[in-house]
This record gives sequence, C-alpha cells and structure tokens, in this order.
Amino acid sequence: MSRAARTAVLRDAVGLGVAVGLYGVAFGAAADAAGLDPWQALVTSLLMFTGASQFAMVGVLGAGGGGPAAIGSALLLGTRNTVYGVRLAPLLAPRGLARRLGTAQWVIDETTALAVAAPDRGLARLAFLTGGATIYLVWNATTLVGALGAAALGETAQAALDAVVPAAFLALLWPRLRAGAEEPAVARRVALGGAVVALVLTPFVPAGVQVVAAVVAVALAGRPRGAA
Amino acid sequence: MSPGTLWAVVLVASLGCYLLKLAGLSVPAAWVERPWVTRVVTFVPAALLAALVAVQALTSGQDLVVDGRLAGLAVAALALALRAPFIVVLVLAGATGALVHVLTG
Repeated sequence: MSRAARTAVLRDAVGLGVAVGLYGVAFGAAADAAGLDPWQALVTSLLMFTGASQFAMVGVLGAGGGGPAAIGSALLLGTRNTVYGVRLAPLLAPRGLARRLGTAQWVIDETTALAVAAPDRGLARLAFLTGGATIYLVWNATTLVGALGAAALGETAQAALDAVVPAAFLALLWPRLRAGAEEPAVARRVALGGAVVALVLTPFVPAGVQVVAAVVAVALAGRPRGAA
Repeated sequence: MSPGTLWAVVLVASLGCYLLKLAGLSVPAAWVERPWVTRVVTFVPAALLAALVAVQALTSGQDLVVDGRLAGLAVAALALALRAPFIVVLVLAGATGALVHVLTG
C-alpha cells in the first residue's frame, strides 16, 4: 500500500472519529433527559456502541416508554449492522473466534463506510481499525461529557434540552430524505407514515409502544406482495 | 422506571445490538442479502426516526402537547434546509425551546 493512500485513509478515519463527538454529546444529553444517570449513558455507549439504536432507546424511554419498547426500537435500528457485517466479512476476514468477537463490536455505519471506500483490503482493515478506535474513544468520552453537562442544568436549560432532543432526531433523519439519498421519495413517504401512525396511536397505547408499532405498520405496508 | 430496571434495559438492548453485529459477520451472506430484507433494513430507520421526532416533539405520556419543543423543531427544520451544521441545528432548537419556556412561563 502506498504511503499517500495510507495517509488519506488515516486522515478520513480520524476526521470522522472527531466529527461523531458532537453526536456523542447530544446522546449523553438525551440520555440524561430520558432519566439515565451518567454511568448508564456511558455503559450504553461502551456496550451498545451504535448511535441510532442508542438514540432510539433513550428516545422511547424519554417518551415514558417501557423496557420492551425501548429494547425493541434499539434492535430494529441495530439490524442495519447485520447487513454491514455481511458486507464487511469478506473484506476484513477476521480469523478465529476472539478476533471475530472483537471485530463485531465496531461494525457500525461509519466504520463500514470507511472500510468499503478504501481502495484495497489492507487499507480497508486499516480504515476499519483506526476509524473504529477513534470513534469508540471519542464517542464514549463525549457521551460522558454530555450526560454530566446535562445533569447539571437548571429549569430553563432543561426546556432547551427538551427542544434539542427532537431536533437531534430530525438531524439524523434529514440526510435520508434529501435528494441524493437512497430512493428519497420512498424514504419521505415512509417517514411521514411513521410519524402519522405514531401520533395517531399515542392516546391509545402505552407510551413508547406507538414508536415500534409505527415501524411495524410501515414495514408491513411495504412488504413484498404475491410471488414477489 | 427503577435504576435496576433501567440497567436491565441498557444491558439487554446492548447485548441484542451486539449479537446483531456478530450475526452479520457469522451467517451466510445469502441469508441476509435478499431484496426484501435489504429494503426493509434501508427504510426502517426513516420510519423509526420520524416516529421518534413526532413523539419527542408533540407528546407527553399519552397526551398530544404543543409547546416550545415544536417551535424548536420548526427552527431545526429550517436550519437543516439551509444546510446548517449539526451543532448549529441543536443550538438553535435549544435556544428556541428555552425562549418559549421563558416567554410562556
């Protein structure tokens, strides 16, 4: 592998790692708003380590949802990583059980994007490892900063935080709806469907269940029909 | 929710998410790479995130509530449409929420 290609891979990996730090602060703050203490927020980032699932879990808990709905929504978003793993397995070819168990923890959106974009397998491994290590460190450190910071807020700042949480979800959703995303028109219909079903169900089902129900309803509406 | 229950939720959800990651590295690719599976996986986040936006901005328990969160969300949408960075979107939404809270007491 050439020196220039190596440098480019390292630069992208570290750059992305630093960029996720802001989301880590937002997650720590959202976890505090949902009633998690800073340790629970940190352990979530250490062990779950997949941003969208973590946001979904604290989102449901913050809405007053129960454990099964919170776990279910985290798992629904976690299925993405299964598809990423299938894509990464031939690239990274982790040999032996211990290496595979370790590799699995870092299979997320960002590391997959880095590894798949690398020009060859050696660089893909380097991108995955350096990206995974940087993101893991920054994500956990900034989670703790966000959780401790939010825990120290007064009443007006708490109102600000309440407004930040839905805005953070919207910011996560936005790139999936924009022109240039995968089938943005379908994604927009799916998003609108999810939001409407969730709001309509809110008065009738226990808090948090409407989120999972909305996803299931939308997935069923788009299921393959007949022999397809 | 008691701290013990919260810990259980955190640990069970984390273990489940880890096993989903591990499964991708371990199962035959043909099990996962079916058109309908990849399609559902592609669009589930849009439905889930939109449902969370709606629930976080407009509900409190089982009630629909309009307050500073909705104003913050509108400002966030405007900022996103203007391609503002993530941190700017969050700060604007937070400032709007705090302002409405102060104005409405």
